[in-house]
Amino acid sequence: MAEMHPPIGTHPVEMEMPAAPDNSVLGVWIWLSAESLFFASLIATFLLLHNQNNGGPSLGKLIDLPLTFVATVTLLSSSLTMALGYAQVLKQNYGGFRFWLVVTAILGLAFAGMQAFEFHHLYAEGFRLNSAPSGSAFFTLTGFHGLHVLFGAFWLISLLFFSFKREFVEEAAVKVKVLGLYWHFVDVVWVIIFTVVYLMGKVA
Amino acid sequence: MATHSERVWHGGGQVVVTGDEEPRGLWSWLTTVDHKRIGQMYMGAGLFFFLLAGIEAFLMRLQLAQPDAHVVSAALFNQLFTMHGVTMVFLAGMPLLIGFINLVVPIQIGARDVAFPRLNALSLWLFIGGGLMLYTSWFFGGAPDAGWFNYVPISAGEFSPGPGVDFYDIGLQISGIGTLMTGINFLTTIINLRAPGMSWLRLPMFVWATFVTSLLIVFAFPPLTVNLFLQTFDRLFGAHFFTVSAGGSPLLWANLFWVFGHPEVYILIMPAFGIISEVVPVMSRRPLFGYTTMVLSVMAIGFLSFMVWVHHMFDLGYGPWVNSIFALSSMLIAVPTGVKIFNWLTTMWGGQVRMNTAMHWVFGFLITFVVGGMSGVMLALAPADLQFNNSYFVVAHFHYVLIGGTLFAIFAGMYYWFPKYTGRFLNERLGKWQFWLVFIGFNVTFFPMHFLGLMGMPRRIYTYAPHLGLTLWNSISTDGVYILTAGMIIGAINVLWSYGHGELAAADPWDGRTLEWAIPSPPPAYNFEYIPLVRGLDAFWVEKRYGNGRMLPAPEEHHGPPGTIHMPSPTAMPLFLALSIIVAGYGLILHSLVLDIIGFGFVAVGIYRSMFTVDHGYFVRPHHIEGVRADG
Ligand code: HEM
Ligand SMILES: [Cu+2]
Repeated sequence: MAEMHPPIGTHPVEMEMPAAPDNSVLGVWIWLSAESLFFASLIATFLLLHNQNNGGPSLGKLIDLPLTFVATVTLLSSSLTMALGYAQVLKQNYGGFRFWLVVTAILGLAFAGMQAFEFHHLYAEGFRLNSAPSGSAFFTLTGFHGLHVLFGAFWLISLLFFSFKREFVEEAAVKVKVLGLYWHFVDVVWVIIFTVVYLMGKVA
Repeated sequence: MATHSERVWHGGGQVVVTGDEEPRGLWSWLTTVDHKRIGQMYMGAGLFFFLLAGIEAFLMRLQLAQPDAHVVSAALFNQLFTMHGVTMVFLAGMPLLIGFINLVVPIQIGARDVAFPRLNALSLWLFIGGGLMLYTSWFFGGAPDAGWFNYVPISAGEFSPGPGVDFYDIGLQISGIGTLMTGINFLTTIINLRAPGMSWLRLPMFVWATFVTSLLIVFAFPPLTVNLFLQTFDRLFGAHFFTVSAGGSPLLWANLFWVFGHPEVYILIMPAFGIISEVVPVMSRRPLFGYTTMVLSVMAIGFLSFMVWVHHMFDLGYGPWVNSIFALSSMLIAVPTGVKIFNWLTTMWGGQVRMNTAMHWVFGFLITFVVGGMSGVMLALAPADLQFNNSYFVVAHFHYVLIGGTLFAIFAGMYYWFPKYTGRFLNERLGKWQFWLVFIGFNVTFFPMHFLGLMGMPRRIYTYAPHLGLTLWNSISTDGVYILTAGMIIGAINVLWSYGHGELAAADPWDGRTLEWAIPSPPPAYNFEYIPLVRGLDAFWVEKRYGNGRMLPAPEEHHGPPGTIHMPSPTAMPLFLALSIIVAGYGLILHSLVLDIIGFGFVAVGIYRSMFTVDHGYFVRPHHIEGVRADG
């Protein structure tokens, strides 16, 4: 019987495998790559439909760039505070960690509040989900992003409660790391949305 | 093989010892996180949906057996072919393959479970829940009826006013999210949980196939998710993504659908390739020929499958350049596919081929799949496809690849792995009867469809006039269905009977090569008493040939002290979460705010509880497992 196997390996080198990342960290990376395609599809949809106004107002004229700019800065600073919180966890300073967690959640909610204000304004101007394809695409894209921010805030607050439990200490670093990954991801997506929807929309 | 174990529960500072049997009863299945039980439930539910879709197909063929027939109405016929396609793709094909993936992959890489056992249970319940939900559409005014690819505008509110298409959008959304989680779970599992020594180029081919399939899932499902959301918003909230009169774009649906849809058909064939790559070497008693080229070809196929979606839309007017590029990329896929076919043949060449039932299915697969691949290349010729498109020729093509490819491979896998997971063989005599009836019945049913397509019979019509000359081949095709059905019934009897009465199987009945054959049949809940040390490709075979016939244990740091095995606890949370999502889905379809609030409220609770409940698990102490030897 012809065997094509390499002779059996015996040396210990064979057992050395590169240290794997924690399951949850790896899982979240993979999940976020799926999320990237989710947002990519929504952005493509927006690019396809953003000029189809069905006789209604066009987005470019309605955008309030200063407001969105403030919202953007708010969300981006929440990425910074999230990172500061993670640094505190690594130092096992849980008080400091909770402080930054709360600040991050407040910034996230502030962003969502500004977005709600903007939506309200656009609706009053007649630019709506059901008014034209451009409206459908805009509210779906930014709305799904907003939902991601709200989910992140829910996650931040849940983690705050959890941080008072005994089990928290064993898993703190990983639990905060995956949340941080998610939160930074949501911010990066916003930077793209801000560029594509708002800046390019204003220029056009 | 007897495994005595005692369970030591670890919780609240108390150590509780329970009996030495695996838990039984319905509740233990509803709350299980064991990948083998989850895999069995995937198989069971997949076969159940397979039966439903089979009945739908049977009714359609009865209607088409004669011209101007009145077995079903035109409206019902539309629902039948839509539900048949959706069910076969999403609720039978994928779950059966995911069932095998669950059963086999963790063991083949030497792991005790998947990376996220609770998420795995959630995937299962989302698939079953979404599928059942889709089927309840019959009770709410009719099933979706716009075809499995559900093109707008016929699927838009204006032309499909009933809730059928909403059930399509939301039912598939729910089961699709479950599939996405499966993809994430198995990527993480394969990357992180390989036993020491199980390097990438020692992974069994089925694991490679699963890896690439999972990548396809992770990258192909998000566009579907988005598409389904867009349509949901159009239909439920009056958005205008696809409304032509408002400037929306039906082509957007078509593109997002096929960006998902073509990788989807490869999600249905890759694991099938993987199964064939497992069965062929074992049954031919030879190592797989060209292992590395096999790995490269699955990667190439996976990559190319994202580059060809326009071949489903040659008739939508993208012009000669676009069509030519996609025609070429489509034909290119035939190259790595051909490499695989030749490697299987070469593996058998000079081997000692055992012509048992599993191997019958392999030969059936090779013959039929090649026919389907050839008609695929014909369809990829863009100018010719303008003739084939929307005709029975396409129907013939995809049944040759999906039945002759995916389904035959699933049957090969069943005959191959059944003894491992149940401890009993499927009956060989019945198996061969099943094979020949299905193989002949299949060809009698579907080969004539090539002719019907070339004669100009469009797909998805509920009847045809007598003078068109389509009667002969249609009635032959329906005759084939009777043979096919007889074969399927024999197969069902075989499974049901063998489950309780089949011949007992040893641990290693086929002289296997991979790790699942190194543990008892059926495997204990913890799979491996100790984590094995992998010393070569075909890990178990290597030990049988060069070692002492047993897997050596990996160093202790990889699995903790001997004799105590840490296991995740059962939990009802995945089931609860899936049910909450279903309730929320009904809330959307039925415009019921109350159901929405209850559903989404429970979803929030469920997510919180799943994310922040720390599972301490429990410990199992195997007393002694009889040594597993090469001779089983
Ligand atoms: C050599 C490889 C293949 C090529 C070149 C190919 C090409 C094509 C083309 C051009 C079409 C569109 C025909 C039309 O609608 O006019 C098509 C349809 C289809 N193919 Fe393939 N194919 C190949 C292999 C496969 C495999 C392996 C599968 C799945 C296991 C598959 C499943 C399908 C399905 C389900 C459809 C029909 C979709 C629908 O319209 O409902 N094909 N194929
Ligand atoms: Cu295709």
